[in-house]
Amino acid sequence: MSYLPHILITDALIYFLLVLVVGFAVYASRHEHLRAPWRQVFNRPLAVAALMVLSVYISIGLADSVHLRERISDTGADRADMEAQYSHQVISLLDIFLGSLRQHSEKTYSMPFATHAFSMETVIGQDGSVRREHPRLLYGGAHLKDISKRGQDIAVKTVTGILVGLIAWLLFAVLIIKVVAVRTHMAAGALWLRIKRGDTRFPWRSALSTGAVISAIVSALIVLSGNYHVLGTDQVGNDVLYKSLKSIRTGLLIGTLTTLVMLPFAVSLGIMAGYLRGWVDDVIQYTYTTLSSIPGVLLIAAAILSLQVYMTANPEQFTTVAERSDMRLLFLCIILGGTSWTGLCRLMRGETLKLREVDYIQAAVALGVPTRKIMLRHIFPNVMHIVLISVVLDFSGLVLAEAVLSYVGVGVDPAMDSWGNMINGARLEMAREPMVWWSLSAAFVFMFGLVLSANLFSDAVRDAFDPRLRKR
Amino acid sequence: MSDLLLEVNDLKTWLDTESGTVRAVDGISFTMQQGETVAILGESGCGKSMSALSLLQLVPSPAGRIEAGSVRLEGRDILQFAEKQMREVRGKRIAMIFQEPQTSLNPVMTIGEQIREVLPDRESLSQEAARTEVLRLLTAVGISDVKRRYDEYPHQLSGGMKQRAMIAMALAGSPDILIADEPTTALDVTIQAQILDLLKSIQNTTGMAVLLITHDLGIVSQSADRVLVMYAGQIVEQAPSDLFFSRPRHPYSQKLFRALPGRGKRGARLEVIPGAVPPLTTQFSGCRFVQRCERAQQICHETVPAWHGENNWGVRCHFYDTEEPVRNASETSAVTTAEQKSPGEAFLKVESLKIHFPIQKGILRRTVGYVKAVDDISFEINKGRTLALVGESGCGKTTAGKGVLQLIRPTAGSVNYLGKELTQLSRGELRALRRQFQIIFQDPYASLNPRMLVSDIVAEGLDALQTGIDATSRQQKINALLEKVGLNAEAGLRYPHEFSGGQRQRISIARALAVDPQLIVCDEPTSALDVSVQAQVLNLLKQLQDDLGLSYLFITHDLSVVEYLAHDVAVMYLGRIVESGTLQEILDHPAHPYTRALLSAAPVITRGGDKPVAHEVIKLEGDIPSPSDPPRGCHFHPRCTVAESRCRKHFPETTMLTTTHSVRCHLQK
Repeated sequence: MSYLPHILITDALIYFLLVLVVGFAVYASRHEHLRAPWRQVFNRPLAVAALMVLSVYISIGLADSVHLRERISDTGADRADMEAQYSHQVISLLDIFLGSLRQHSEKTYSMPFATHAFSMETVIGQDGSVRREHPRLLYGGAHLKDISKRGQDIAVKTVTGILVGLIAWLLFAVLIIKVVAVRTHMAAGALWLRIKRGDTRFPWRSALSTGAVISAIVSALIVLSGNYHVLGTDQVGNDVLYKSLKSIRTGLLIGTLTTLVMLPFAVSLGIMAGYLRGWVDDVIQYTYTTLSSIPGVLLIAAAILSLQVYMTANPEQFTTVAERSDMRLLFLCIILGGTSWTGLCRLMRGETLKLREVDYIQAAVALGVPTRKIMLRHIFPNVMHIVLISVVLDFSGLVLAEAVLSYVGVGVDPAMDSWGNMINGARLEMAREPMVWWSLSAAFVFMFGLVLSANLFSDAVRDAFDPRLRKR
Repeated sequence: MSDLLLEVNDLKTWLDTESGTVRAVDGISFTMQQGETVAILGESGCGKSMSALSLLQLVPSPAGRIEAGSVRLEGRDILQFAEKQMREVRGKRIAMIFQEPQTSLNPVMTIGEQIREVLPDRESLSQEAARTEVLRLLTAVGISDVKRRYDEYPHQLSGGMKQRAMIAMALAGSPDILIADEPTTALDVTIQAQILDLLKSIQNTTGMAVLLITHDLGIVSQSADRVLVMYAGQIVEQAPSDLFFSRPRHPYSQKLFRALPGRGKRGARLEVIPGAVPPLTTQFSGCRFVQRCERAQQICHETVPAWHGENNWGVRCHFYDTEEPVRNASETSAVTTAEQKSPGEAFLKVESLKIHFPIQKGILRRTVGYVKAVDDISFEINKGRTLALVGESGCGKTTAGKGVLQLIRPTAGSVNYLGKELTQLSRGELRALRRQFQIIFQDPYASLNPRMLVSDIVAEGLDALQTGIDATSRQQKINALLEKVGLNAEAGLRYPHEFSGGQRQRISIARALAVDPQLIVCDEPTSALDVSVQAQVLNLLKQLQDDLGLSYLFITHDLSVVEYLAHDVAVMYLGRIVESGTLQEILDHPAHPYTRALLSAAPVITRGGDKPVAHEVIKLEGDIPSPSDPPRGCHFHPRCTVAESRCRKHFPETTMLTTTHSVRCHLQK
């Protein structure tokens, strides 16, 4: 089967961001003043564990950002002269990996690990009798001949999954230890003993054990999700695990693209206001004071609603559903960025005000260094740590903001998978009797994992980069 | 005077850091008697403050710990005391004052409340009695108008007054020992003299012992009975004050004396102590000073020197009994050559320069007044000469320096450089001229961008000139500059934080030299440095002047540096130059009462061999008034000992005593 790559605007931005991050990593590795604090971050066990969890999220998000359109195979012979036809449905690399999970749709709600639907249905038997019952699910536990063996089957599958995961990780870990041992010129056995004691510079013990836990969970989920809906299904019968995984990209995008939009404004305007003073300072200060006194939700609602009107008026510009929801997501990022740059800008201005009186800036002025160069070479690198700290601290806030906005109804496209939409949907589900709790719980668990690890990681980053916290 | 009060024995205080265990205090022993002033003398980082903190068990924990030793206060080892017992010692038996009065006082409590907090029997005292006691203490430390001061906050007090309040707090518990950790380093010379006097007089009335921690030989010479010289965590020499100054025995002490700048050493190179204090994380197998000692022998590397001599007069050196080699042949001969240099033509003329900062109040930011930081000053700088701008902090000397460079645009007046009026130039025209004037700052830690490589810092001026030189010749130029200031070429590949204060100051100088300037404004370039390092920087500045014909505008408060380096001197007080002339004229025939007071207040080191010069100290009362509200008439009259009624009415006009010597004082007409 062949595919046609389909690059959405947000995909392109993510690739751009990825290039930036890689570029920064290369740059940082060549500059001692940047390398040292990062080394400190990577020497903290908790930070490394958090980063490993984060990287699982990120790799899922990245896999979900490679979009493709499937080729529709023509009935009969594939003629060369005929132009290939591609589906209008855009799928991602993640969809291909998840394979069956996407297509395993039931009719409607089902509990996690259920074999039968959640609600009763009227079924007409072969003999014409009408019965009310919980019908069997199409996929959930469909392989079971004897439904009473379900518990046993789940247990066996879980243990198998965990064992497979652990063994795979063990092999991988052995490989890593071997490589590290060769690179540090140590015997692998001695290195292993030191790792066990936690006596290594890089916290290998935490890294390897976190990896083992992640690997076990992932592998168990893979084994189980083939035969069950591990997190149940939603109203239209879609697998909740699949939805939750698809939501990761949305959360990550909001968290990172918003920053990408906001940073140039906040940093350049903040530095300009602080360094140039005078009327420039006045204009920038009034702008952000005015902007920050308008309620953010109001602006966001206005922007999103007007975009919606535009999209309905010009349907021809958006060929696929994915493009429509993508446009809305991008717009949300831009408007979120537009409302949230003021805080960082204010910080930048204050720090620059402090820096412009510092002796080395004065010396640069005395040497006749042009103003633009002073801002770029002297001030910018010295406020970088604040930018970094606020970016990682803001990230989790933005992920949460998306959930709140979608809940209010001005967030991402309702058709798009996002934790906010899942929570929004849960409004009605929670009102049912008996309650449908799994959508909300799944959204909560996934979001919690992302935000918690992001927060832990950003704490470590702040500790390493904030000069006031630096140990002497 | 012979009652043994404190006996410190083999005290060791170690700090755990990431780079290893720092042996900040490594086995020091000394005693203190009642009523005695013992000075601990040492450069920064030698462990003198840590020793003082150890006595009170105030070592920063958890990193620091007292590893061994005993501190016996009247026979009882207070290091064994629990925290609760220790509280009885702190403040009541041993009190401490710190270097920075600014940060030692709580800014949101009034002075009175803060002192009342530390009264020993505050629970039993009534509100009224406590107040009376605080007022008594404030009066005792020489604060005037105590009833008003009682209700004032720290920011309303001047630096000297704050240090007095700190001393009042220390005296509240009537301690037996007062530890004074660099009590005057943050203060001006005239205020320093006041505080040292105050300590002396309190000591005379109460019989308290003082442990004075300082880096300043002058202070030691003036106030100490006994001197302990610390080096790298150890006491290397201990001697009664007069013996120490007449015959220092440790090579380190001897070198310290020779590194001091002063008038007698004009023209000659100052003796420098090469290298730096070894890191205290090292395990020493020999003498700690060995790397910097020119008399070091094989034995110094291999054996840790023992304590030679008695307890009160001894030294830790293998060669304590050999005399210091005689050296003064070069000194006198060089003086004449330097003085004979004819004054070049004036190339920078500053006339009636005024820099006023508006004070704005209210929502509409209306200007309600001006801080007249620089108020009508004029001077000239000649080619190849050094003009020293002398004054106490807050007198506007730094502002004047920046005004000359147009880093702060002057309010009025003219700065004329070879016929070009700098104050009238546009930003672009000025930028082209910038390279002619450079500046070196006081704080070596703030003057270099921590995010840039040293070679990029040095090349900054070259890049700004846009000479379009190619990479190799740029690199060659950088290396040449680094070598010129005594650094290796490979220093360019490192970041500023890897260098010590003195080395950083050299990098600053290299950066300034890169653009071939005519004039360098040196804004207290050595005041943050230790004596031995200061000598290196002063030597370098002097040599550069001789080689390149640079002119310096040397801003400083340190008269010994002025005596060593300057050709002309201008004395500033509260934004105005009160007296200016050549070095000889100012030093030998000071005409203004303020100049005389300033000269007499500077601590003079009397070395035993010399006949003590008749040294009458003119004591200045009070503090420098605020430049936003200067006194009417002559700015100096409230503190002047010879003021007359006309001094209160008009600011005196300039009187020319000779062609070069001018003064602004009514009494010199």
